Amino acid sequence: MKYRILGGVAAAALMAGAAVAEEVRVYNWSDYIDESLLEKFEAETGIDLIYDVFDSNELLETKLLAGGSGYDVVVPSGTFLQRQITAGAFQKLDKAQLPNIANMWDVIENRLMKYDPTGEYAINYMWGTTGIGVNVGKVKELLGDDAPMDSLALVFDPANMEKLQGCGVHFLDAPAEIIPAALAYIGEDPDSQDLDVIGKVEPVLTAIAPFVQKFHSSEYINALANGDICVAVGWSGDILQARDRAAEADNGVEIAYYAPKEGALMWFDNMAIPVDAPNPAAAHKFLNFIMDAQNMAAASNYVYYANGNKASQEFLVEDVIGDTAIYPDAATLENLYTTSPYDPKVQRGVTRMWTKIKSGT
Amino acid sequence: MRRAALILVPYVWLLVLFLAPFLIVLKISLSDAALAIPPYAPTLKDGIAALIRELDFENFVFLTEDDLYWKAYLSSLRIALISTVLTLMVGYPIAYGMAKAPDEWRATLMMLVILPFWTSFLIRVYAWMGILSNEGLLNQLLTWLGLISEPLIILNTTTAVYIGIVYTYLPFMILPIYAALDRLDASLDEAAQDLGCTRTQAFWLVTIPLSRNGIVAGSFLVFIPALGEFVIPSLLGGSGTLMIGKVLWEEFFNNRDWPVASAVAVILLLILVVPIVLFQRNQQKQQEAEQ
Repeated sequence: MKYRILGGVAAAALMAGAAVAEEVRVYNWSDYIDESLLEKFEAETGIDLIYDVFDSNELLETKLLAGGSGYDVVVPSGTFLQRQITAGAFQKLDKAQLPNIANMWDVIENRLMKYDPTGEYAINYMWGTTGIGVNVGKVKELLGDDAPMDSLALVFDPANMEKLQGCGVHFLDAPAEIIPAALAYIGEDPDSQDLDVIGKVEPVLTAIAPFVQKFHSSEYINALANGDICVAVGWSGDILQARDRAAEADNGVEIAYYAPKEGALMWFDNMAIPVDAPNPAAAHKFLNFIMDAQNMAAASNYVYYANGNKASQEFLVEDVIGDTAIYPDAATLENLYTTSPYDPKVQRGVTRMWTKIKSGT
Repeated sequence: MRRAALILVPYVWLLVLFLAPFLIVLKISLSDAALAIPPYAPTLKDGIAALIRELDFENFVFLTEDDLYWKAYLSSLRIALISTVLTLMVGYPIAYGMAKAPDEWRATLMMLVILPFWTSFLIRVYAWMGILSNEGLLNQLLTWLGLISEPLIILNTTTAVYIGIVYTYLPFMILPIYAALDRLDASLDEAAQDLGCTRTQAFWLVTIPLSRNGIVAGSFLVFIPALGEFVIPSLLGGSGTLMIGKVLWEEFFNNRDWPVASAVAVILLLILVVPIVLFQRNQQKQQEAEQ
């Protein structure tokens, strides 16, 4: 195995060294690719692939804005992509080097325009929804057979949360995902940029926060799969991975994913090339490799996320393309909303509120 | 000449590794956040004049306006203090046992204290997550023994943070106390007993005061890093564990406000200066006493 999976710090330290063999450094989300694809890329191109992972957009953005991140390809989500484009963090893609771009799916490309209006900076990698993962057996045991598993009331109604508390509930530690969901629950616009409107969810979240065992953005995959927790508000594919791990372990844990009926956040993770990428040519080769229909299908088949690649759909297994939790039907798609980035003042208000909700201070 | 060169080495060391980074952080704490690379303004590129004109203490004023920050400092101080006392209570008996052990065992015992450092700190903290979780080893053991019927909720609470800090920093407590006890003349203890002390009295009146330097050194070595601890509270602590390390992280990563994050760090440093100076004094006194 030539590629390396490193912690961020170690990778940054290594970056100082001069590259002899041609290298490309990719910084992607954790648990987000079929790792055999990494070997395949090296075999096909002869380029050394250094693959490094993160679990929060904030971490990625801090590295990008510090400058000299040393990465050739990074994978920010929509709102972060938009802000980073404004900050001048990315270079324009050279589409002549990306023949496979013809495989992309216009439906997703059009939605991505919200974040990359000229379509010059990024290609979609995966997209999905933010929803609720439940340990079906335990939740029914605690809340009865008619537990509202497809509703945000499961996690925002204190009465339900109090009963679920002992069994364990995790929330994403991502205010930009949880606050829109809470806004949808109380019937406000999830994409509100008005601090007065956003403030309305504070009492809702404060009421349930004591029952939340942890706000964390990656631990819930294992915790759900092992049966350590009952409910997680998390990303669709992560919860479906937990479902699969539990099924493989055959530990009697049954996990299901629901995109809440009140509406669910639709998000896009996109590949872009930092403005100071050491090897942009290799970065383009990597993007083109990923946009190959079969490669993209292999990635989706492995991580259970939908992708923005139309041509890949014929290679997707039925488990993925046929699952409405991954490729939603038209009615669900209608019910998905997107959000825009907060400006610095609103962001500070949101973070402050988030800290207050989590710590009570 | 050689003497001057020798003195110069630690000063250059301090200058490069402490003062220069501190000045950079201080400078950022006086800047304003911006959506750019790097995410603050002004930078050196804007020229020295602009730099001097535009720097201000706005961020420090901001820290006083929100009770979050001083609550986090206080809560960190409390957690660091309690952890230090707990570490002392666990560490002292171990160090005492090591010092009283037969000579041929000591090297092995010392090895056992240092052995955990051979594994990455992060992996050891993750191991604690496996031990303390609801379905973890501890709960399984206690359930199997019939001591509990419902799992104890330890992981993601402040209790888990205490366990993590005590476990991680225990060697830093044991080693200086052991060094102090090791040098202790056993005949002093015998003399105390000859003069009418019980063994317990001799321990409290003779052994403890004579190992004071070890206790102080160990306590500072635990307290200082525990105060700014980030990894342990973020992995083992729950949402209710408020520590300044986490607040700093949030300013830096969630708000992308490097200037406020730097201001938080500057104040943390000022708070740490007090125990560090006290520690330094203690060391100096000890050296003087030895001469």
